[in-house]
Amino acid sequence: MTMRDVAVVGVGLSKFGERWDSGLKELMAEAGVAALEDASITSNDVEMIFGGTMASGSFTGQEHIAALMSDQLGFKNIPAVRIENACASGGSALRLGYMAVASGIHDIVVVGGVEKMTDVPSAEAGTALGGAGDQEWELFQGITFPGLYAMMAKRHMHEYKTTEEMLAGVAVKNHANAYLNKYAQFHKKLTIEEVLNSKMVSDPLKLFDCSPISDGAAALVLAPLEVAKKYNDTPIKILASEQASDTLRLAERESLTGIKATSLAAEKAYKRAKVKANDIKLAEVHDCFTIAEIMAMEDLGFYEKGKAGKAVLDGETALNGKISINTSGGLKGCGHPVGATGVKQAVEVVWQLRGEAGNRQVNGAEIGLTHNVGGSGATAVVHIFGRSN
Amino acid sequence: MEKPSASLWRKIGARYNIIGSECKTCGAKHFPPRIVCRKCGRETKMVDKKFTGNGEVVSFTKIMVPPDMFKDEAPYIVGIIALDEGPKVEGHIIDNGKAIEIGTKVRAVFRTMYVDGDEGPIYYHYKFEPV
Repeated sequence: MTMRDVAVVGVGLSKFGERWDSGLKELMAEAGVAALEDASITSNDVEMIFGGTMASGSFTGQEHIAALMSDQLGFKNIPAVRIENACASGGSALRLGYMAVASGIHDIVVVGGVEKMTDVPSAEAGTALGGAGDQEWELFQGITFPGLYAMMAKRHMHEYKTTEEMLAGVAVKNHANAYLNKYAQFHKKLTIEEVLNSKMVSDPLKLFDCSPISDGAAALVLAPLEVAKKYNDTPIKILASEQASDTLRLAERESLTGIKATSLAAEKAYKRAKVKANDIKLAEVHDCFTIAEIMAMEDLGFYEKGKAGKAVLDGETALNGKISINTSGGLKGCGHPVGATGVKQAVEVVWQLRGEAGNRQVNGAEIGLTHNVGGSGATAVVHIFGRSN
Repeated sequence: MEKPSASLWRKIGARYNIIGSECKTCGAKHFPPRIVCRKCGRETKMVDKKFTGNGEVVSFTKIMVPPDMFKDEAPYIVGIIALDEGPKVEGHIIDNGKAIEIGTKVRAVFRTMYVDGDEGPIYYHYKFEPV
């Protein structure tokens, strides 16, 4: 079967943050309408929607999210499917949207992602997020998500001499990028000392090593590349859309110092896109915790194992450094409404590749990568995007 | 009471006595128990396997911000332990006054995990302590 090339022709984002003013419906509409306008299409043009959300039921009581998205965006009785893949729900929804268009089954597909997390107390939100791990063996024993990533961090520090300053450097960089992003949850620059002095959550991870609890939504419009110019002057081609899985339990994985599903998905993505890791100058990676960005830099092949932490402190991954990582501010600075994150990453890369990223524009961005992780690494999704002209 | 006790009861073999499983097709040992061997898939021939509970700390952390049900326990130390028989398993590490580091040898002990209010069951579990 021959596959069609697929392009992103519209993107939209809600403001991320503690959105006391907005519920699920308002957030979805904010992002969805922006994406439709960006693609110059009407609600009648959309043929299918994939909606990513992780735990809307636990956070708000509301399930059946994709039909709700379709309903709230005025789509006309089209097929709507919710995708739940923990924090990788958004990236997984994008991959299915891509498959729907590439296969020729649908032409215009909307991919949405949303999470409304601040309507419950933070301990309750933490328990909902804990569902991304193994309920019976991790959460049952009081092992939180910061706890799981803390154990990865401690092992990484043990094997590679990674330091708490290197972890802090990720937060400082991502807050500096978020400062330039009007959609970001935080507009507050941090210093290494502030991160190091923040409250301990699960050693060595402190409060400012952790991404926040956030509300937000993101949306994309996909179309066959051959007709993409009809919708957008600068369609962005999806060069690869790959995904891998691993054991749900962290303890059972081969290694604690990297996420194998990331390496596997990345390897397939580079092959599919016919690019190499060092061709990538722009990436949105899954920094749910600072250690996660360091592992991502290594698992995606940007840096050798154990070398990423130093590169962060040397400024190599800052805006317009050797490789610009998390120009949006990442999950840490821009916010992490879990179901929206994987879609938001694609929105940021599309803006960058179009040259529309304003004061956080990466000079000459031609190829960009997104990396979305579920749980402590049981799912990883990697997309590569390129300018199509 | 937060959880029905059947969800505890059906796991007590593993949680109380560290009974996992062993695949007779490939020899792989699993804890917690599995029905299907990750290596052999459909060709699995799984039998119960009792583990000694002896092992070594691969990584650990002290949890300062706990889930609600552990709020009276915090802070507490959890770790990933490589059991002598092979599998890696997560568990609490008790502070018995001995240092806890990566590489510390530990053994399993039987302890209360938490008490579910005045009416709910007491949840027992293996935990580890440095030897």
